[in-house]
Amino acid sequence: MEWEVVIGLEIHAQLATRSKIFSGASTAYGAPPNTQACAVDLGLPGVLPVLNGEVVRMAAKFGLATHSTVARRSVFARKNYFYPDLPKGYQISQYELPIVHDGYLDIDLDDGSSKRIGITRAHLEEDAGKSLHEDFHGQTGIDLNRAGTPLLEIVSEPDIRSAREAVAYMKKIHALVRYLEICDGNMQEGSFRCDANVSLRPRGQEAFGTRTEIKNINSFRFVERAINYEIERQMDVLEGGGQVVQETRLYDADRDETRSMRTKEEANDYRYFPDPDLLPVELDQAFLDEVAASLPELPDARRARFVEQYGLSHHDAGVLTASREVAAYFEATVEAAGGEGKLSANWVTGELSGVLNKEGMDIGDSPVTPQMLGGLLLRIADGTISGKIAKQVFEAMWKGEGEADSIIEQRGLKQITDSGAIEKIVREVLEANPKQVEQYKGGQEKLLGFFVGQVMKATQGKANPGEVNRIIKRLLAD
Amino acid sequence: MHQKKLAELAAALRAGDFTSEELTRAFLERIERYDGQLNSVITLTAEQALQQARAADARIAAGEGGPLTGIPFLHKDIFCTLGVRTSCGSRMLDNFEAPYDATVSARLREAGAVMLGKTNMDEFAMGSSNETSFYGPVRNPWDLERVPGGSSGGSAAAVAARLAPLATGTDTGGSIRQPAALCGITGIKPTYGRVSRYGMIAFASSLDQGGPLASSAEDAAWLLQAMSGFDERDSTSMERPVDPYPEMLDMDLSGLRIGLPREYFGEGLDAGVAAAVEAAVEAFRGLGAEVRDISLPNAALAVPAYYVVAPAECSSNLSRMDGVRFGYRCENPRDLEDLYVRSRGEGFGAEVKRRILIGTYALSAGYYDAYYLKAQQVRRLIRDDFTRAFGEVDLIMGPTSPTTAFRLGEKADDPVTMYLSDIYTIAVNLAGLPGMSIPAGMVDGLPVGLQIIGNYFDEARMLAAAHRYQQVTDWHRRRPPGFE
Amino acid sequence: MSLDIEEVIRIAHLARLGVDESEYPAYARNLSDILSFVEQLNAVDTDGVEPMAHPLEAKQRMRPDRVTEGDQRERFQRIAPKVENGLYLVPKVIE
Repeated sequence: MEWEVVIGLEIHAQLATRSKIFSGASTAYGAPPNTQACAVDLGLPGVLPVLNGEVVRMAAKFGLATHSTVARRSVFARKNYFYPDLPKGYQISQYELPIVHDGYLDIDLDDGSSKRIGITRAHLEEDAGKSLHEDFHGQTGIDLNRAGTPLLEIVSEPDIRSAREAVAYMKKIHALVRYLEICDGNMQEGSFRCDANVSLRPRGQEAFGTRTEIKNINSFRFVERAINYEIERQMDVLEGGGQVVQETRLYDADRDETRSMRTKEEANDYRYFPDPDLLPVELDQAFLDEVAASLPELPDARRARFVEQYGLSHHDAGVLTASREVAAYFEATVEAAGGEGKLSANWVTGELSGVLNKEGMDIGDSPVTPQMLGGLLLRIADGTISGKIAKQVFEAMWKGEGEADSIIEQRGLKQITDSGAIEKIVREVLEANPKQVEQYKGGQEKLLGFFVGQVMKATQGKANPGEVNRIIKRLLAD
Repeated sequence: MHQKKLAELAAALRAGDFTSEELTRAFLERIERYDGQLNSVITLTAEQALQQARAADARIAAGEGGPLTGIPFLHKDIFCTLGVRTSCGSRMLDNFEAPYDATVSARLREAGAVMLGKTNMDEFAMGSSNETSFYGPVRNPWDLERVPGGSSGGSAAAVAARLAPLATGTDTGGSIRQPAALCGITGIKPTYGRVSRYGMIAFASSLDQGGPLASSAEDAAWLLQAMSGFDERDSTSMERPVDPYPEMLDMDLSGLRIGLPREYFGEGLDAGVAAAVEAAVEAFRGLGAEVRDISLPNAALAVPAYYVVAPAECSSNLSRMDGVRFGYRCENPRDLEDLYVRSRGEGFGAEVKRRILIGTYALSAGYYDAYYLKAQQVRRLIRDDFTRAFGEVDLIMGPTSPTTAFRLGEKADDPVTMYLSDIYTIAVNLAGLPGMSIPAGMVDGLPVGLQIIGNYFDEARMLAAAHRYQQVTDWHRRRPPGFE
Repeated sequence: MSLDIEEVIRIAHLARLGVDESEYPAYARNLSDILSFVEQLNAVDTDGVEPMAHPLEAKQRMRPDRVTEGDQRERFQRIAPKVENGLYLVPKVIE
């Protein structure tokens, strides 16, 4: 039987506010336990929630950036269940009327084509606290610092057909929320995580198969692995004549497998109802216009512009716009390099990203600023140095030896472009290698490279390679 | 000293006739002497009260402070008070020393009012007789075998017996007005959103509203003014200025139109109560008001709608009482489930459990539409009835409660009969309107309350009408025998 | 509508509410009475009536994104039943 994989993702993006969604406590990560849990976060008797306006603005930005409807009226509801990290015994979320719904996002597939993934809804909710299972005399410790942190839960349509597509979609959302500056995207700290709903159906069948939900996956790598594991598992079950059980599963990265979370003896009954402590959120056109005006240029638009304006390939433009920081770095480089778009793209995606990867650094931390890199590229463009010498200069800049021009000057790396001087050296090389000259003239033209090499060696690479070639050919043709 | 009205007390403090400390001691002594019979106070804060009184004396001496500076009051034990036990009448919070002040507590503190203690109440404000309190029932000073009403029964009994000149209360379905009626005092439930709910332990969030209990509309006006106003910590608090209620007591009421809802004078209304209320209405007619019959066609649906909405909200509001961060925790829980089930099972009393169960049921899968949603629709119909009525009249009047105070234990085993004692008050909460009860007669030695319902944020008119009535009658000056 | 004992047990569990076994019949009776009483609502025609969750037709106010609450752990944990190293303790949670 040929199976078709059906995947939907629920991504939880922590919104990058200073204070919590319903209280004035700080959202900063890493504080000692319960020092950022105020009376409201603790759910003390009598306290009441008041909505942080910034979360509404952030959700609206996301909605506008994903071609979604931003609801004029949305309502907070209570999701009731008991758990020690949920202080009030209910989570404030949005249920029937979410703030964002019915949008989409286009992702790039491996074969270079693109695919549209529907966004069912994105709703605001508060995060829960953390249960620490280290041993406190056989008890669990509860830290409520995270309780009340604002989350945007982004729910996709079941449009995803493979683990690769799931990763592409998740990366695209990740880039987008960072472009919009509504989430720091830090996956280690749990600021960006996802649940994956996975099911299989015989190819050609319309009805969905029974799905499982894989909870709390916090890296791109794990999403791919967890989904692939789950696809294999379900396929084994189905092909063995069994049935997939609808359940929640956890991905264990150490063992690279998903396993069933202890199934509760009852189905959850969350008893959703509108939170009577909060009123409907109503947004008017003026607010939405203002948010729209505040949106930055979005990745897809920027990519198209890079292709148009700088003549980049669709692929390179995609790499350069995958993150807002890289795109900004690239454009600043182009400006400093006198408009050399392609050259800048090659260096940012090549040399620079190579060394950043090697050092495990972010582009924002690069010791070589766009202005410095642009200064270097200017010297390539005007023929002062060759591409090869430029790599030496780049290394020196990376080590903090200064700007390109001063390094070129100090190290005497300026290219020799005076054809008289080059011709003198070429003659010396030819005289020193009569045998090779003989062979070249006898038809072994690939020896040209040997002569060029000798000249470059004699000039420590500073001779203009084009000029060297031209002169050698001329002299040997005589 | 204890018989004086608020304005007289404030003037005497300013004039130096006596100090706040002396006044406070006088009321503390009355509580010592009489509360053994009434059980109206859960926690007495005598030391703190005397300190506050001395601070108030200093403010008065410096020519500072306002009308409530140095005036003692009792605070319903549902309002959080920093460092003072806030029990809500429940074993669940018997050990709960609130780590913060409710907005109302803070406002009264800043106004210089002197808190004598915290009053007894039905557990989590769920009750109409004050019999559900963990601290035992409160008794009605007019007849110690009878209930004071509830849930603000401790506050009402204490004011009626003049154990304090003023008290706070909360009203979710009649919990200020009904005990005020049964104890023969004046009590106000303001418009929803007028008084901050922050720090007022929630029973049913969309219905709860704090308000004053006092001996007269005039005294109540002062306390209402101090309690009212926008609070940025409460999303349901309304951002609109507070009318100067005391100054508006004498506002022009000429041409006042009063509506009498037919539905409030039908079956189930005690004949004596009906006669007293009709006499009171006559008095208003005598004062020049135009009285006409009106209809609130959906009035009978208020109690059933309320007994879906209020339990639904309370079932969720009380989930935070789980034995983890504060409050009662059972001994040696076996596991997490046991911690929840036993802490809540042992911490809550029977009526609270009934309401949590009903609310949980009404919200659970398969029943939500039939119960909760239906009740919310009916709620709108009830509200629309009032909106239509206020197109024709300025105030609505009727009985506060169908009977005078009933006997302790009389309705305790029959929830539905008990619920029907709030039949005339509940609709006001569902609609969010302001309402008040004033003493308007006696039947067999027990007080009768007249309910006055105003339009949204029209507390001033309601108070002015009550004040006008109290200028020509003396029901509000009657005191229960034995508590002079 | 009448609630049977099974149903009372189910709801009590949802609400994590300990109810003594001997009290089940009384709760079942009380709750059934209340539900029957409430069922008067079913007779009302509410077609097209918008449910009213709030007495006032107002919209949610929004707070500026500012940190206004500092660390008050000591104050809040003084009233907690069981804490250690700043954490609230509960019987072991098994995931």
